[in-house]
Amino acid sequence: MAIKLYGTAASTATLRAKACLAEKGLDYEFVNVNMSNKEHKTPEFLSRNPFGQVPAFEDGDLKLFESRAITQYLAHAYPDNGTNLIIHDPKKMAIVGVWIEVESQKFDQFGSKLAWELAYKPMFGLTTDDAAVEENEKKLEQVLDVYESRLSESKYLGGDCFTLADLHHLPVLKFLFGTKAKRLFDARPHVSAWAADIQSRPAWVKAITA
Amino acid sequence: MATPPVKVYGPPLSTAVSRVLVCLLEKDVPFQLVPVNMAKMEHKKPDYVKMQPFGQVPAFQDDDITLFESRAICRYLAEKYPNKGTAGLFGTNPLVKASIDQWLEAESQSFNPPSSVLTFQLFFAPLMKLKQDEALIKQNEAKLEKVLDVYENRLGSSRYLAGDEFTLADLSHLPNTQFLVEKTDKAELFTSRKNVGRWWSEISTRPAWKKVVEMQNA
Repeated sequence: MAIKLYGTAASTATLRAKACLAEKGLDYEFVNVNMSNKEHKTPEFLSRNPFGQVPAFEDGDLKLFESRAITQYLAHAYPDNGTNLIIHDPKKMAIVGVWIEVESQKFDQFGSKLAWELAYKPMFGLTTDDAAVEENEKKLEQVLDVYESRLSESKYLGGDCFTLADLHHLPVLKFLFGTKAKRLFDARPHVSAWAADIQSRPAWVKAITA
Repeated sequence: MATPPVKVYGPPLSTAVSRVLVCLLEKDVPFQLVPVNMAKMEHKKPDYVKMQPFGQVPAFQDDDITLFESRAICRYLAEKYPNKGTAGLFGTNPLVKASIDQWLEAESQSFNPPSSVLTFQLFFAPLMKLKQDEALIKQNEAKLEKVLDVYENRLGSSRYLAGDEFTLADLSHLPNTQFLVEKTDKAELFTSRKNVGRWWSEISTRPAWKKVVEMQNA
C-alpha cells in the first residue's frame, strides 16, 4: 500500500494524522510502533523521524514526520477525496492558516499538559500533579475564552466549514473529555457546541474505534 | 508615495514580529511597521485585541484581511507572492512544500519551546529586571541540545533544513537564534556544532535578516 502511517493508538499526534486520513477516506497501512520496547529510538525508526517521535508517514517515495505537516500534505495532495479540509480561496485559507497556528501554538501546549496529568498519568499508574493541573487549566481557560468569542461569530474556527483548523484539536479533546477538564468546555456554550459537533463526525468516530 | 497596503503591528525586537519582517523583506513586499507600545499595555487594549484576540504581537493587515500568528503570516506571504523576491520559500510543488512544512513544524514544536524559554530567561528577563530561573535554564538548554543534535545530523547531508534552498523552515529559526548567539553566553550551542554553525552563518548573513537586526538595534 502506498500510504503508511507509523505510530501508536494512544499518541495524540498519531491520532491527528489518522483523523485526517479518515476524513479523506484514504486507504492506508497502519504500522504499530512499540514504544515500550523503545522501537521509536531504533536507527530504522529514526531514519523516518529523526526526533524519535510518532507518527512517521510515507506516501510512495515521500517520507514525512510532524502530524500537522502530514495533514497539510494530505489535504493538498488529495483535494478531491473525501472531505475538503482546506479552502481554495487564498484570503479565506489565510484565516484557516491563522487558526491552525492557534491550535499549534496556544491550545496544544496547555491541552496536552492537562491530558498528560489527567488522562495519561493515571493510565501509567503515575500521580497527577494538582498544581500543574490548576496552572494549565487557568491557561487553557484563557484560550477557550478567545475560542468562545471566535465561535460566536464563526461556525468553525477557520470559517463556515470544518477544516484542518478544527480537526487538529480532536485528539487532545478526546483525552480531555474523559477527565474533569471537560467542564472547561461545557462552561462555554459555543465552544461546547463546536466540540460536540466535531467529535461526532463519522470519520472521527471511525478513526478512534477502528 | 502611497502608503503600502501591508501593515505589521509590533516592535522589531519581538521574535514573532521579526519573523514576519524578515519574510516581508525576503519577498520584497513593501510594508509599514506600526509601533505598539507594550510598556503602556497597548497590545491589551480593545482596538488592538480586535486584530489579535490573544493580545500579542504581531498583528498584520493586507488589503482587507487581518491575520496573526507569525508562521501563518509567513505561509500566507510565501503563497501570495511565490515569484517575488526570494522564490521557493514555501516550495514550487506539493512534495517540496511538504518537506518545508515538516521542518517548519519541527521549528515550531521542537526548537521554539526551549529556545524561547532560554531567550526570555537570558536576554529579556535581565532587560526587564526579572529574576532568572536557573533550573528552567538548565532544563531547556538540555532540550535544545537534543534538537540541535538532530539538526547537526540533518545539516550534514543537506545545505538547508528542507533541502538545497533557503526556505521558511530556516527563516523561522532566525529570531530566537539571533538572540541566543549574539546576546547570551549560549552561542557555543550553535557554533560548537560544525554543520549547525555553518548553516547559522549562512542564514544570518542574508541581507534581509541583517536589515531586521538593524531595525532591532535602531
